[in-house]
Amino acid sequence: MKNRVAIVGAGMTLFRRRMLESPKELSFEATRMALDSAGLELKDIESVVSGSAPDAFDGMHMKGEYLLDGTGGIGKPNQRVYVGGGTGVFTPIGGWWNVASGMYDTCLCVAEEKMSPLHPHPQYAFWSIFDQILERPLGTTLLWIFSLEMRRYMHKYGIKEEEIASVAVKNKGNAVDHPCAQLGAKITVEDVMNSEPICWPVKRLDVSPPSDGAAAIVLASEKVAKKLTDQPVWLDGVGWTLDSTHWTNRDLAYPEYVEKAAWMAYKMAGIKKPRKEIDIAEVYDPFDYKELHHMEGLQLAGKGEAPQMAVDGVTQRDGDLPVCPSGGLLGVGNPIAAAGMMKICEVFWQLRGEAGKRQVKKDARTGLAQAWGDLMQVGTVAVMRS
Amino acid sequence: MTPGLSTRELMFEAASRSYEDAGVDPRKEVQSFICCTEDFWEGISITDEYMPDQLGAVLKPLCTISSDGIIGLATAYMHIMSGIADVAVVESHSKISDVLNPDEISSFALDPIYDHHVNADPRFVAGLEMTRYLKDTGTKREYCAQVAVKNKKNGLLNPRGVHGASLDKDAVLNSKVASSPLTELESSKAIDGSIVFVLASAQKAKKLGNNTIWINGIGWSSDTPWIEDRDMARAAYAEQSAARAYKMAGVRNPATYFDLAEVDDTYSYKELQSLEALKLAAKGKAGKMVESGTFDRDGRLPVNASGGSLGVGHLLEATGLHRMLEAVLQLRGQAGRLQIPKVKKAVVQSWRGIPTATGAVAVLGN
Amino acid sequence: MSQKITSYPGHEITPEDVKGGKYLDVVYKFEPKYSWAAGVAISRFLAELKEGRIIARKCMNCKRILVPPRMYCEQCFRPTDEWVHIKDTGTINTYSISHVGTDARRLKTPILVAVVDLDGATPGMGILHNLGEVEPSKIKVDMKVKAVWKSPSERQGSITDIRYFKPIGAE
Repeated sequence: MKNRVAIVGAGMTLFRRRMLESPKELSFEATRMALDSAGLELKDIESVVSGSAPDAFDGMHMKGEYLLDGTGGIGKPNQRVYVGGGTGVFTPIGGWWNVASGMYDTCLCVAEEKMSPLHPHPQYAFWSIFDQILERPLGTTLLWIFSLEMRRYMHKYGIKEEEIASVAVKNKGNAVDHPCAQLGAKITVEDVMNSEPICWPVKRLDVSPPSDGAAAIVLASEKVAKKLTDQPVWLDGVGWTLDSTHWTNRDLAYPEYVEKAAWMAYKMAGIKKPRKEIDIAEVYDPFDYKELHHMEGLQLAGKGEAPQMAVDGVTQRDGDLPVCPSGGLLGVGNPIAAAGMMKICEVFWQLRGEAGKRQVKKDARTGLAQAWGDLMQVGTVAVMRS
Repeated sequence: MTPGLSTRELMFEAASRSYEDAGVDPRKEVQSFICCTEDFWEGISITDEYMPDQLGAVLKPLCTISSDGIIGLATAYMHIMSGIADVAVVESHSKISDVLNPDEISSFALDPIYDHHVNADPRFVAGLEMTRYLKDTGTKREYCAQVAVKNKKNGLLNPRGVHGASLDKDAVLNSKVASSPLTELESSKAIDGSIVFVLASAQKAKKLGNNTIWINGIGWSSDTPWIEDRDMARAAYAEQSAARAYKMAGVRNPATYFDLAEVDDTYSYKELQSLEALKLAAKGKAGKMVESGTFDRDGRLPVNASGGSLGVGHLLEATGLHRMLEAVLQLRGQAGRLQIPKVKKAVVQSWRGIPTATGAVAVLGN
Repeated sequence: MSQKITSYPGHEITPEDVKGGKYLDVVYKFEPKYSWAAGVAISRFLAELKEGRIIARKCMNCKRILVPPRMYCEQCFRPTDEWVHIKDTGTINTYSISHVGTDARRLKTPILVAVVDLDGATPGMGILHNLGEVEPSKIKVDMKVKAVWKSPSERQGSITDIRYFKPIGAE
């Protein structure tokens, strides 16, 4: 690799269902924190990458332009990257190529999402992700594709709802220790099983909530990073893949696109045996079954085997492979783009030993953050090392 | 306009031709695909969902950069320079024929609390800018009209466009007012089209053939999103982008360096403003130079010999790629009736349109 | 969150706060309007639906029969070659029972939705559609289903010309 890239600072706002701050203000708060933690000023930043998912939430066209002052982009080269839900992990990847290509030495990456402006409910925006002619007339909602996929996954490998529910219990429990969390709570598998069915087999406690929030990190080239901090976290592997639009032509039981994205990142980072070499994983969990589904795509579990790992406690904070020690989207909240960035921030803090009550027991040196998006299409993966 | 083809079918056509021209198999030889789109122009949220199949990108790295096409090219450049790709593809398109109320969509890019309440054609932003530009630079009103006359005349030769016309300044000045002082004939009109570019590393390019055009410098920048805060007389985003691109390419005297320029002419005055920002004309002097023929097809520095957006049509986010296409054809000597002799160094510039202050500049050579 | 940081920015508000006028808000309705060109492939697909038939496209290179039809094969990256009529029966690949509508409001009657792999197309080629005339608790993956069409005069050349798919034969 040409230039090694490091994360030198990170910051995030609270994640809540509805925030007073405007999108610009949310971006500013997160960026200011990230700059402070890196010990830098805006003038030290050479380029900006922002990430924000559907403009429909804000009811604005060209949302990326609107956010510019909040993201620190005035007078600078800006890129707004956008791959649906994968955006949160893709934003740092965008920052990575700004620095790794040698174009810039420092890059600010901001992910922001404000879902609350949309009435009557943010979920309505997701209707417009479906094919205008073949799917929307059927009254589609985003929940359909998840529940269809969950059903297929459960059917193919004989997985029980209770096994999946254990993930919701773990993540919401983990989130109690996250100061920004929206839904941290100690619940039981029974609570999840008794929650009302929204789109069976998906029940209310299987889903992450819509939220407002922002998160940001600062990237720097190797020579600059070494001057700024003695604890840089290296962004050693990045990968992303997009599968076919025709999601109804694919077997939804296995996320092949996550696998391809993962190998792209692993190859770059020199990882050959992911299950052994990854110490901690922030896996995208908008729904509890998704954490398991993605773990398999990421090669952290064999096909159909992730549920057993969850039930056995392997993925707990004191387990052999902690997954979502932050509390994930299920516990901390799901402001689409900011959620993925929150995972990057979490791995950053974990690898530096700064995660406080959430710090995993094992000595974590290599971490992974992954996001997913679109119509079961996008996998974005980042591998980080201390 | 292309009502017979869906957006995806249009893209497949463009992509097929581009891959044929480059001699690459997208399924095997391309490592990164970049699309430049904005949700609301498509009527779909998360447009990258609908991109991979028709570009040959299924199960490959594809992403959306919500910005002008040249910024997409910059992204491809960075992918290649960072080693993540040897060959990268950039696509952008306009399917304006699918959009029934484009003005309403443009208005929704305005600040929702401070600006959106202005219940007028969103081009009022251009009207404000034009007024300020004319005053600050002392440019004569009729010089703007001359830009439209020049570009529409050039457009008559361009097989790709539909807005070529033979007009005189009076016809332009007397056409219906869009938002004073801007008139309709000075305001480019959107058309459909899809453009695909294939970029490769230097090593790969040598293997692929001898039609290579080099990106020697590329820069992109944004000024403040607050319309009220800007110095409307200047295209600051273009100045900043040009400074970066020129530095990269080692261009010291832009006014005399280039053989060809394709600059933004979404509105007539924009060409003058951009020329000054790019230092192809001194401040306040671009108007007179257009009038005296310096920038005509047979002038010292042909500007928008393709006809530009005024003469061909505007392609929304693909406008930057359109100008790149025109410049690349010129550099290759493949511009047909449009060919300007001996083009070796070209500069291409784009702007994202109202109400943004974002744009990019690329310096090309053969 | 880093343990070094002691407070995090952000103020939560409730809908009651906003309704009660505690915080100012600006409300507007955004109605972008589109008339999407269906294109060559889908236009034919819709025209065939109007006639009560389902049509697919074949790629002679990989030999797949593709539905929804498309003029280009995304695996081979080449134009597809011929139109092929396929059956209106199929197998349930996966299904779900939705209790909420598009805008998250609770529905009185749940919507039954499924991915149906159609007979005559390459295995695994499914389309999204609704299920009907079946007890939700009796639906199973791999169940055989058949399309229930609207009457010819009701059909408009839309995906909804098929009302839903219903189970056929013994389960």
